[in-house]
Amino acid sequence: MQPLLFRRRQTPTLSQIPLDVPQEPVAFEIRLLLHRISAGFPSPAADYAEEGLDLNDYLVRNKPATFMFTVKGDSMIGAGIEEGDKVVVDRALTPKHDDIVLAVVDGEYTIKRLYRHQGRVELRPENPAYSPIVFTEGIELMVWGVVVGVVRRYPFRG
Amino acid sequence: MAAAPQFALVDVNNFYVSCERVFKPCLENTPLVVLSNNDGCAVARSNEVKALGVKMGMPWFKMKDLARQHGIQAYSSNYALYGDMSNRVTSILRDYSPDLEVYSIDESFLRIETVAHLYGGAIPMGQQMRHRIKQWTGLPVCVGIGPTKTLAKFANHLAKKNDVFNGVCDLHAMTRPERLEWMWGVEVGEVWGVGSRIRKRLAGMGIDTVLDLRNASPKQMRAQFGVVIERTCNELRGISCLELEDVMPPKQQIMSSRSFGATVETIEELRESVASYLASAAEKLRRQNSVAGAVYVFVLTNRFKEDEPQYNAGITVPMDDATDDTLALTSAALRGLAAIFRPGFRYKKTGVMLTLLSDKGARQATLFDDPVARAKSEKLMAAMDAINREFGRGTLRSGASGVAQRWAMRAGNRSPRYTTRWDELPVVS
Repeated sequence: MQPLLFRRRQTPTLSQIPLDVPQEPVAFEIRLLLHRISAGFPSPAADYAEEGLDLNDYLVRNKPATFMFTVKGDSMIGAGIEEGDKVVVDRALTPKHDDIVLAVVDGEYTIKRLYRHQGRVELRPENPAYSPIVFTEGIELMVWGVVVGVVRRYPFRG
Repeated sequence: MAAAPQFALVDVNNFYVSCERVFKPCLENTPLVVLSNNDGCAVARSNEVKALGVKMGMPWFKMKDLARQHGIQAYSSNYALYGDMSNRVTSILRDYSPDLEVYSIDESFLRIETVAHLYGGAIPMGQQMRHRIKQWTGLPVCVGIGPTKTLAKFANHLAKKNDVFNGVCDLHAMTRPERLEWMWGVEVGEVWGVGSRIRKRLAGMGIDTVLDLRNASPKQMRAQFGVVIERTCNELRGISCLELEDVMPPKQQIMSSRSFGATVETIEELRESVASYLASAAEKLRRQNSVAGAVYVFVLTNRFKEDEPQYNAGITVPMDDATDDTLALTSAALRGLAAIFRPGFRYKKTGVMLTLLSDKGARQATLFDDPVARAKSEKLMAAMDAINREFGRGTLRSGASGVAQRWAMRAGNRSPRYTTRWDELPVVS
């Protein structure tokens, strides 16, 4: 797997795997007709039909690229991410400085804030009890996806 | 003038193995096999395992020594995961071309002649699809492009086996001598639709390579083997005979679909068709003594009626356990139909495909096995098939929402259902 592969060279810089990919073309829009057209009076309710709120719409921007993970531990407690929370991870986004990312370090998943500034590359926890993972020569940082949301459900007391 | 057809076949490399690796990065570069239901034999192999000489379908007990020696990891089939990952790939591909046919759980054909120029040509388009699927889902794919479905499939084979193509092979981009040379280099058994029996007979006639078959006389092929091989021969010459929805008899799935005489608009009518196609597919499944791990269901409008709104959708619904039970499969197919149905379209065609098939034979009892339920289901299915044989197909049918009996299959080492169960999500610390 090599979704977003960062390798530190002389100076720690982040670069994506070489993309010999053309720019996205301007998408052409096809509008599908979702309503049946009938000859009689249009239903006055059709225009005002409300679908209700769907948390998927709120949390998931790109469905085929979105995955959920369960959080273990308290290393991101300062970012409001606690043990047992579900995090929403989007693989389509390019990780930027200050994003919370899901990375793979030594074959294991880790959730941290990506620090990438003035030549330094680190994965920083948001809990003073932990130290940052600093990327030095020869260590690979593989970002699996960018964390775009967190979901928590409180125990139901009936 | 309409542009000449251009087909792309997009195929996930070592699909089941690749799905497992997405969620277990430490398995990258580890030899890995995925076993059929009840852990019988290898149904997917990583490249490392292929290199060790493990063949498709090799029983697990026969490779145990090899596994110990080389540290081969074995996983049970995880239908929920494969079904979900397959839907992700398909939905990404649908953004590239509205003309798409899901050929199997890990392969789709696309017509691209009207859209390729938006990406600067077929190869850049293929590279972008490949890169996007890799980034968004973690799955590696290869893309084969050609003027016919058979040639797209051949190009896909070349892309997979030869690094020089960087995962995307377009036969249009080659000179004629180059194309023929590649055909000369590949054994005829790799051609779509040429099975081992036909391959042996072809060998007897001195037809050993793809090039030999391409150069054979279609007339003679028809006389010897019938219209299927004649068509293959023509397709290898670049004469497109198979339209998108025309399907070669697929090997690892059972398809049942039909176009409607008149268009259909309501979900009730579609439900009825889906249930009846499923019944005949499931009967065939039981006849060949297989079980299915997932059902693919699709609906299509008539794409030749350009003035009508178009809709083309399909979804793979994984089963909890591989089964041959009509009721369980029907209920899965109808759930899938409900998820993809949109009102307001005139549907021309619907169908089902039973996929992730494996042999039923060696099902073994497990701790969670419910022999009473299983015996009940088997008796019921046997009785159903007997009555339908006696009194004609469809005499006895499932009520469309039948509740299924399930039994546990042996899945000693199935990975978590990472993408479909809240309590089995991957864990991050």
